[in-house]
Amino acid sequence: MLPLILENLGFTAGGREIIKGVSCEIAAGTRTVILGPNGSGKSVLMRLCHGLLRPTSGRVLWHSNDVSRRRAHGQAMVFQRPVMLRRSAIANIVYALKLAGIAPAECQLRAEDVLVAVGLESVAHRPARVLSGGEQQRVALARAWALGPEVLFLDEPTANLDPNATRDIEHIIGAIHASGTKIIMSTHSLGQARRLGDEILFLSDGRLVERAATDAFFRTPQSQEAATFLRGELP
Amino acid sequence: MNDLSAALGAALRLVGGMDAQLAQIVGLSVCVSLAAVAIATAIALPLGALLAIARFPGRQTVIAVLNALMGLPPVVVGLAIYLLLSRAGPLGPLGLLFTPTAMIIAQAVLITPIVAALTRQVIEDAWREYEEQLRSLGAGPIAAAQTLLWDTRFALTTVVLAGFGRAAAEVGAVMIVGGNIDGVTRVMTTAIALETSKGDLPLALGLGMVLVAIIIGVNLLAHMIKLTSQRRFG
Repeated sequence: MLPLILENLGFTAGGREIIKGVSCEIAAGTRTVILGPNGSGKSVLMRLCHGLLRPTSGRVLWHSNDVSRRRAHGQAMVFQRPVMLRRSAIANIVYALKLAGIAPAECQLRAEDVLVAVGLESVAHRPARVLSGGEQQRVALARAWALGPEVLFLDEPTANLDPNATRDIEHIIGAIHASGTKIIMSTHSLGQARRLGDEILFLSDGRLVERAATDAFFRTPQSQEAATFLRGELP
Repeated sequence: MNDLSAALGAALRLVGGMDAQLAQIVGLSVCVSLAAVAIATAIALPLGALLAIARFPGRQTVIAVLNALMGLPPVVVGLAIYLLLSRAGPLGPLGLLFTPTAMIIAQAVLITPIVAALTRQVIEDAWREYEEQLRSLGAGPIAAAQTLLWDTRFALTTVVLAGFGRAAAEVGAVMIVGGNIDGVTRVMTTAIALETSKGDLPLALGLGMVLVAIIIGVNLLAHMIKLTSQRRFG
């Protein structure tokens, strides 16, 4: 379903223009990091791409077909705060697989495999909501991974986590990418963008200000906004 | 004061000795209210959940009406059902007036809006937390409603038990449609009203104690379910 094409995308809510005329094409393969300060519109942009929000102007195109109606398969999203259903960790994953229309016998097997892959097989049958924040986010990643999406959106997946948990999550994101899934991730952490990004989309005040390969972006930012953000200064 | 303590003593003996008349009245009360709660729950849980999740024109009006129906005066409900079931009424040929079935209908009508409105509130709060995740996973409104009903099952248990308490404590509607016929449609609340006016304080007091014990017991149960579930499932 890739590439993902954004055509002059805009989003306004409550009289405030949050996304302003973003146009770009996001190709398969690489890890794309949407970088920008808080309030720059990263989360909203991801939700527009994923289909959770409808653009107020412009279009989101997948492989040149207009899918303003969201495609259930082929893409998945992990949120900043993981939403765990009130059931066991493994049941959370089985639930998502069943919704995707996968046969019950296969659901169980896939859920077990993916829990092993994120290192949580020992807590598979614990209620998901009593797991630690880092463990919950790993369950959320496993739940998305189990669906075998072509594209995985990650909205600041480690913003609430300590360094150790962050390292676990970044490791898992790497593994998901290695298994052939396109990663589109937002972050405000420069270190994380450097570690995980192949290319950077730099967002500032709802505009796509700069797009570059990670190395080039950090070495020689082309825009004033990006240079300021990299220096850690407030505009 | 002497009258009161004598009546209290007699009441305790009735309750302690499992007086046959008292047991029969308590049994009928519990059966009628359980049946009413079962019917109300079957209607109100899906209704409340869909109302919380579905978006349609006039939704706010429906919610406002539902909330208003929580305060439905029982005697008016009793009167309306009396008119429906009376011999000349549209459902008269069924011959349900002055039967326990009529009382079940009256209580179900009374508590369905209560259970539905409280369910809507519980599910809507949960929906706020779950919406993006469930939509991301491709859940439609029906699937989302089912998921949330299951995920809020402990809070909803409290809601249903509150409905039971309300049904069991209600007197006006069941008096009108049941008729308080000894051995047939006499329940705790109608018996208390009658025995008090007749001056048989021990039986009225005994029934009162049982009724209050049941209500307190049900509420304690609801509270414990909530506490333990929170500890176990977060």
